[in-house]
Amino acid sequence: MASRRRENPEINAGSMADIAFLLLIFFLVTTTMDTDTGIARKLPPILPENLPPPPPIKEKNVFVVLINSNDNLFVDDDYMDVKDLRAEAKRFLSNFGRLENYSDNPQKAVISLQNDRGTSYEMFIAVQNELTAAYNELRDEEANKRFGKDFVDLNERQQKEIQDFYPQKISEAEPVNLGGG
Amino acid sequence: MSKFKKKGSRVMPAISTASLPDIVFILLFFFMVTTTMREVTLLVDNRKPFATEVEKLQRKSLVSYIYIGAPKTFLRGQFGSEPRMQLNDSYAKLNEIGQWAIAEREAINEAERALLTVSIKADKEVKMGLVTDIKQELRKAQMLKINYSTRKGEIFSDR
Repeated sequence: MASRRRENPEINAGSMADIAFLLLIFFLVTTTMDTDTGIARKLPPILPENLPPPPPIKEKNVFVVLINSNDNLFVDDDYMDVKDLRAEAKRFLSNFGRLENYSDNPQKAVISLQNDRGTSYEMFIAVQNELTAAYNELRDEEANKRFGKDFVDLNERQQKEIQDFYPQKISEAEPVNLGGG
Repeated sequence: MSKFKKKGSRVMPAISTASLPDIVFILLFFFMVTTTMREVTLLVDNRKPFATEVEKLQRKSLVSYIYIGAPKTFLRGQFGSEPRMQLNDSYAKLNEIGQWAIAEREAINEAERALLTVSIKADKEVKMGLVTDIKQELRKAQMLKINYSTRKGEIFSDR
């Protein structure tokens, strides 16, 4: 007969650490720290060929940004440094018809981004980033003026209102061969 | 007779390792929360450029990835050093995008197909010619929502 009062032997937890280490190493190997962030864009759909051409846009409402194969930046045919692009884009967008060769109003303004086949992706992203920043800063300014808050802190309806005031119109033109400068 | 007599042969007490599992578990949970599962084995170099105005991709299940870059060093002998595109686990040619797009779209349920985003993960050394070709193919395949994958930081901050 077995004894009635047997002490419960303590389970040895010494190997718990080893098991945890194994799990830890498994996760270290199979996962990455890589977070998915990026600049969101929408591509234009391919238009049917027999469509009538779209109505022309006034030249002053188009902000032509051009990057050649040497990663030189040209804005409306003038050479420009990437550092100055943000300020220049903001000046163009928030002109409201004051200056002659800038936009009539933000709703009509279009930024046309053209690049060469030899442009580096890094430069392209830098320019995209500066143009997005220009829009974001203007939206923040407008949001602060109207609601006293930053754009991201607004509710959906207010965000929509600001977005309609500063619609992000960045057109990535069809590929061309611009050559080096 | 000295007062401070050395006590004979004192043994070091064993350090308790009872809390070791707890520490390791904390580490484990940290990694489980902060990292994501590897989707594919990268066959191309992928040093993404920096940008400040980034948005986070919200729903992983609605994102498809295109990797662009020069083949990794150990594959150069076989594939050369010209930038290539990687879809899923292998190199792909431009005309394979259409097929791939259909497969990616089939994989998610019908109500959410309009939300499908293509994340373009290109190396910063890649020339825009290849990227533009891929964008054209995506337009043909009706995959219009794209995302240029970047790291968060000041532009050109690794120059």
